[in-house]
Amino acid sequence: MSLETILTGLAGVLAAAAPVIFAAIGETLTERSGVINLSANGKILLAAMAGFAVAVSTNNLLLGCLAGMLIGSLVAAVVAFSSITLRQSQVAVGFVLALMCRDLSYFLGNPYMGLSGPRIPSLPIPVLSDLPVIGVIFFRQDILTYLSYVLIFAAWVWIFKTRPGLMLQGVGEKPAAAFVRGANVNRMRYIYTLVGGALIGLAGPTYSLSVKAGWKGTISGLDGIGWIALAITIFGGWNPLRAAFGAYLFALLQWLGLVLQPSLPDIPSQVLQVAPFPLMILTLLLVNIGNTEWVERVLASLPEGVRHAIARLIRSLRASPPAALGTPFEQE
Amino acid sequence: MNVELIGICKTFGPVKANDNIHLRIPSGTIQGILGENGAGKSTLMKVLSGFIQADQGVILLDGKEVRIHSPADAIHYGVGMLHQDPLDFPPMKVIENFIAGSPGKIVPNSKEVIARFYELQQQFDFALDPQAHVDRLTVGERQQLEILRLLWLGAQVLILDEPTTGISSLQKIKLFETLRKLAAQGKTIIFVSHKLEDVEQLCHRVAVLRRGQLVGEATPPYQMDDLVQMMFGKVVSFGGRESYKPGEIALELKGVSIEDYRMRIGPVNLQARKREVIGLAGMEGSGQLLFLRACAGLIRPTAGRMVVNGKDLTGKSYHAFLKNGVVYMPASRMEEGLVPGCSLMEHFVLARDQAGFFVDWDGAKKTARDQIAAYNIHGRPDSTVESLSGGNQQRALLALMRTPASLILMEHPTRGLDIESTLYIWSLLKGRCSDQDSAILFISSDLDEILQYSDRILVFFAGRVSPALDAASISVDQLGQLIGGRGWDAF
Repeated sequence: MSLETILTGLAGVLAAAAPVIFAAIGETLTERSGVINLSANGKILLAAMAGFAVAVSTNNLLLGCLAGMLIGSLVAAVVAFSSITLRQSQVAVGFVLALMCRDLSYFLGNPYMGLSGPRIPSLPIPVLSDLPVIGVIFFRQDILTYLSYVLIFAAWVWIFKTRPGLMLQGVGEKPAAAFVRGANVNRMRYIYTLVGGALIGLAGPTYSLSVKAGWKGTISGLDGIGWIALAITIFGGWNPLRAAFGAYLFALLQWLGLVLQPSLPDIPSQVLQVAPFPLMILTLLLVNIGNTEWVERVLASLPEGVRHAIARLIRSLRASPPAALGTPFEQE
Repeated sequence: MNVELIGICKTFGPVKANDNIHLRIPSGTIQGILGENGAGKSTLMKVLSGFIQADQGVILLDGKEVRIHSPADAIHYGVGMLHQDPLDFPPMKVIENFIAGSPGKIVPNSKEVIARFYELQQQFDFALDPQAHVDRLTVGERQQLEILRLLWLGAQVLILDEPTTGISSLQKIKLFETLRKLAAQGKTIIFVSHKLEDVEQLCHRVAVLRRGQLVGEATPPYQMDDLVQMMFGKVVSFGGRESYKPGEIALELKGVSIEDYRMRIGPVNLQARKREVIGLAGMEGSGQLLFLRACAGLIRPTAGRMVVNGKDLTGKSYHAFLKNGVVYMPASRMEEGLVPGCSLMEHFVLARDQAGFFVDWDGAKKTARDQIAAYNIHGRPDSTVESLSGGNQQRALLALMRTPASLILMEHPTRGLDIESTLYIWSLLKGRCSDQDSAILFISSDLDEILQYSDRILVFFAGRVSPALDAASISVDQLGQLIGGRGWDAF
C-alpha cells in the first residue's frame, strides 16, 4: 500500500467520523443535562433523508443541513416535552421514536431513492493543506469536517471551563443543588435537549450530502450509527474529547475492515464489516474497566508502586454518569 | 441583618406544619430552633430560604417586607441555607462548586476566584484544597465549602439545618467557632437542631417548636427540663404496666459495631429475651435504623457476633435470619413492605412458601379470607393494597408476617395511624409476645409509645447506644435529655 493511499485513507477516516462526532456530542450535551434521548438512530436516518430531499429540491446545501438540524430538534422536542413536562419514561419515548423515525425515513424517502444530488465540496485550507502529511490528512476536507474539529473543543471548553457549563454539569448531577444556585432546571434541560437534538440531526445531512452522498433507503448503511453514537457517549464518559476519540476509533476500524479485506481472502467479508462493532465495545470496555469491583480487588494484591501507577491511570479514565440522568426534576 | 417572621402559616393537606409563627431575630444573634422531628422547623426554614412559600404571613429583613420566591431569590436578599445533606455537586472540584451559580462572565477567571477562595477560608482557618473533588471530602468539609460559598455570594443570614449530624467533634468545634465569628461580624445565624447540648453551647437564644407552633423561647442559662418539656409536651406516664416474664434469649449481640458513611455505632452488647418488648428511642437518624437493620441481617456489622436463638448468624444473609425466625417490618409500608398493584390475596400467595409450581388460588382465597377476618382488615381478598388505609395496610403487613417468629423488628409500627388502629396493632403485637414467645424490637419517635409498650428501652444519640434501661423506672425527663444528648456521662 502506498503512503498516499494511507494518507487519503486517514483523511477519509476523519471525514467519516464527523457525523458520529456530531451525534455523540449532541447526545453528550443532552445527557449532561439529565435527559436521555434514545431516538438518535432514527433521527439520523430521517434527517439524512430530509436533508438530501431539501438539498435536491432547492439545490441549496445549507438549507439541506438546516433541514436536518430542524428535524433533529423537532424529534428532541417530543422527547423533551414528554419527559420534562409530562414526566414520562425517557427510555420508552426515545426508543419508540427511534424506530418510528427510521421507518418514516424509508417511507417518505422513496421518491428520492437513488437520485443524484448536490454534494458538499471539499475546501482545502490555503497554506495548511500544503503541509506534508498533516495537510493531506487534516486540511483537505469539507466544511462539515472542519466544523467537527471545532465542535469537539468548543463543547469541551463549554462544559468544563464556563459558568453555564458548570451549571449544566450540576443540573445533570443534582438538580436540587443547581436549583438553589439559581438554575431554571427544566428550562435548561429543554434548551440542551433541543441543541443536542440539532447536532444529532446534523449527522444526517453530513452523511447524505457528504460522507455517503445520496439517499438509498434501507441500503444507505446508516442504520445503527445512532446506537453507536449512544454507546460512544456512555463509554466516552460524557466528555467530548473522549467521545471524539471513540468516534475516530470507530471510523478507523471500519476503514481497516475495508482495507484489509483484499489481503485476507480467507475471512468472509461480512466478518470484517461487522468486526468494528464488537471491537469498539471491547476497546471501550477496557478503557472503562476501572469502574468494576474485581479490578479493585486484583489491584489490591499488586505491589505498591505498580498499583499506584495503574490506579492513577484507571482513575483518569474513569467516568460516572450524571447522577440525575433520566430522572425528572420536581421543585418542592 | 434583622430577621422578622410575622404570622407564618403553612399547611400541607390536613397538617398544619407552621401555625401562626412569630419570631424576631436581631442582627448578630445565633438563634437556636429546637423541636422534634415533624415539629415544623424545616418548613419554617424552607419558607425563609425560599424553597416554599408561606400560605400567610410576612417576612421582614431589616424592617423591609420581602417576598422570597426561590432559593436564588433568597440569596439575592442575603439569606443562605446550609442543608443537612449538603446541596453540592460531588463529582466536581471544590472550586467548580464554588463558582457554579455565581454571577460573572461566561468564562470565570479561575485564578482570581481561587485567590478570593483562599482569602475567605483563611478568615476561618479552613484548609480546603480548591482542586480536590468534593466526593473525597467529609461532610464537615463540604459544610465549610457551602459556608464559604454562601458568604462569597453575600449571605447576611445563614440558616444551618442539623449541621452537627455526621461531622466529627473537632469539626464541630471549628464550626461553632466559625459561627461565633460570623455573629460577631453582625451576621445572623439560625441554628436548627434537636441536640440540646449543641444549642446550649452555642446559641444566644432558643425558640422551641412543637406540632407547628412556637411554644416558647428561652435565653441562657437554659433550664434543660423546661426545654425538654417544651419540645415533647407533657408526656403522661402510664402506670400499671403488666409485668412480663422474660424467657430464654432470642437475640444476643456481643460487641456488635455497625458503620455507614455517616456514623459508627457500638460496640453494643444486648440480650433480648423472649416475650420482651424493647423500644429504640432517639431522634431520627441517630443510628437506631442502622441498628435495627443489622439485627435483621440487612446490614453486616463490622465487628462482634450476633446470636439468634442460640445460633451464631454473624455475617449471614437476610434469608438466614428469616429462616431462623427473624422478621422485619419497614416503616415505608408501600415502598418496602407491600407490592402496589397486587391484591391482598396475591400478597398471601407471595408471602407463604407453597408446594408445587402452580398457585393454588382457591386455597389462597381461603387463607386471605381467614387472615382478613383474624386481623380485622377492612378489605376483600381482591382489594389492591394501595386502596387500603394506612392502618389496614399495617394490619395486612402483620398478617403477612411469618409465624412463628421468634424476633420481630419494626420501624415505627404505628406511624400515621389513628388511636384506634394503634391500640389494635399493639394488642396484636402483645399477643404475639405472650402467645408465640416472640421478642419485639421497635423504633418509634413517639415517646408515649416507647414508654407505654416497652419493657426496656435503648436510647440512641449520634451513634451512641445506651445500655438497656428499665422502662418502669426511667422518667420522661431523663429520657428526653438522653434523646437530646445530655446525661450520657452516667454510662
